[in-house]
Amino acid sequence: MVCVLLCDGTNFSTITPRASPRQQERLFLEILNTTLQLITSGDATLWGIVALSLRISLSATLIAALLAIPLGTGLAMGRFLGRRVIIMLSSSLMALPPVVVGLAIYLLLSRAGPFGEYGLLFTPTAMIIAQSVLIFPIILALTTEAVSPLEQTYRPLLHSVNASHWFRLKTLIIDARFAIFTALLAGFGRAIAEVGAVIIVGGNIAGLTRVMTTTIALETSKGNLELALALGLILISLAIIVNTIIHSLKSIGQKYQRTSR
Amino acid sequence: MKSLIGLFLIIATTIHANEQKITLSSTTSTQNSGLYDYILPIFTAETGISVKVVAVGTGQAIRIAKNGDADALLVHHRPSEDAFIAENYGIQRFDVMYNDFVLIGPKTDGIIFHNLNEFFNTAQISGSLDFVSRGDDSGTHKKELELWDYFNKMPPLGKWYREIGSGMGATLNMASATNSYTLSDRGTWLSFGNKGDLVIKWAGDLIMKNPYGLILVNPDKFPHTHSKQARIFANWITSPKGQKVIGNFRVDGKQLFCPDSDKEKKSRLACPAQ
Repeated sequence: MVCVLLCDGTNFSTITPRASPRQQERLFLEILNTTLQLITSGDATLWGIVALSLRISLSATLIAALLAIPLGTGLAMGRFLGRRVIIMLSSSLMALPPVVVGLAIYLLLSRAGPFGEYGLLFTPTAMIIAQSVLIFPIILALTTEAVSPLEQTYRPLLHSVNASHWFRLKTLIIDARFAIFTALLAGFGRAIAEVGAVIIVGGNIAGLTRVMTTTIALETSKGNLELALALGLILISLAIIVNTIIHSLKSIGQKYQRTSR
Repeated sequence: MKSLIGLFLIIATTIHANEQKITLSSTTSTQNSGLYDYILPIFTAETGISVKVVAVGTGQAIRIAKNGDADALLVHHRPSEDAFIAENYGIQRFDVMYNDFVLIGPKTDGIIFHNLNEFFNTAQISGSLDFVSRGDDSGTHKKELELWDYFNKMPPLGKWYREIGSGMGATLNMASATNSYTLSDRGTWLSFGNKGDLVIKWAGDLIMKNPYGLILVNPDKFPHTHSKQARIFANWITSPKGQKVIGNFRVDGKQLFCPDSDKEKKSRLACPAQ
């Protein structure tokens, strides 16, 4: 018996017991075969799910970034009481369990909750909100981490030209942009991979709030393990594609930077 | 910057103005079997109303409806359903369909029992078998506890009894991986894809009947619910047409659910006769 991580249904995966090496090989080929069939079949449902996953996680990354990047840079620049505490808190919150975030957002958005009148529960919007909350501390903490050393170097210079706060913020963000990209990737990776929050606030409704990870959880619970793993492979491929795009943007940017100086 | 804010607004405002939509809070057993994928498109084609299904355990499904987050409830635990109506959260209950619970276990484990009473007593005394329990307050979990209580009058204790707090599928996955016994509804069992060495060890007793009921959420309590559309759904699913569609649903050529709104046929038990 193989029960990977917590056997709570979401992370529960079994591999056919007592499989000989030959059988294991066949199982692996079967999974690869299922994956290829899924991709080549051009199944509209599958692409709908993939598109929704990307839309939700990219939106959440964008929203969290718009808030966390200026705030994180501000934290690196600021010299105020409680700054250390906030930095420590934000890096601790990187460990927020998705299920807890999901539950909190669920209670807030439920009809019985304070924001119930907007009817947002079980919609993609609710999922974007949950993922934004989940990855906000990640982007915040990593941005602060990335900007801090730069800020140390720039501080005397910026001080000597009597730069405004706005100008300092802009300069630091622009010059730390490659490290901030990495923070964004970490946030996006967390968002697209998590299942605990979106399954609670989205409800895994077919055609409306079903994303890659909740589909994988559902197929696992149906006992369709090959299909679940095949979907997992597609999810990883997606992450690789997104990362490749960002990294190539980064290297183009760095090359341009070198030649222009 | 302006374009960023624009993009933000586009993303943040999700259109959900569709009035012809109801939310059905239901159980994993009906969802995992594929029943909804089969019957709902037919209903939507006929009425123009689409049904959003949130599939969780019966306990959680009832909680969702009690918060006013669903328009109707389709679950399978009669005492909880009756309590839901008694507490004024629901206005009306309809018999929709039924099948039965089945006792699942490894094909060849040498354990012999001649009736359920014998099984439930041997299990606890001998410790020679493992039992995986849902442990998630679902209809199946409540039924399982009822069975222990009925046959044994003792709460299950010991290492052989694993309460895993998961859905039916995860429970079957664990039973399959560890060659353990478990209680499942027939629908999920028949459509489950990772059976391994597991088979149905016992089925057919009257106590194993598994009736599903549809309840309309009280619109006086939750004015925002789509009560008109929910009633159309209730009327359709209990109509001869809807009942026929349920009876026609097959997985691998086997019927999973038996229509139940026709009062005269109620005396029959294990309707998917297999």
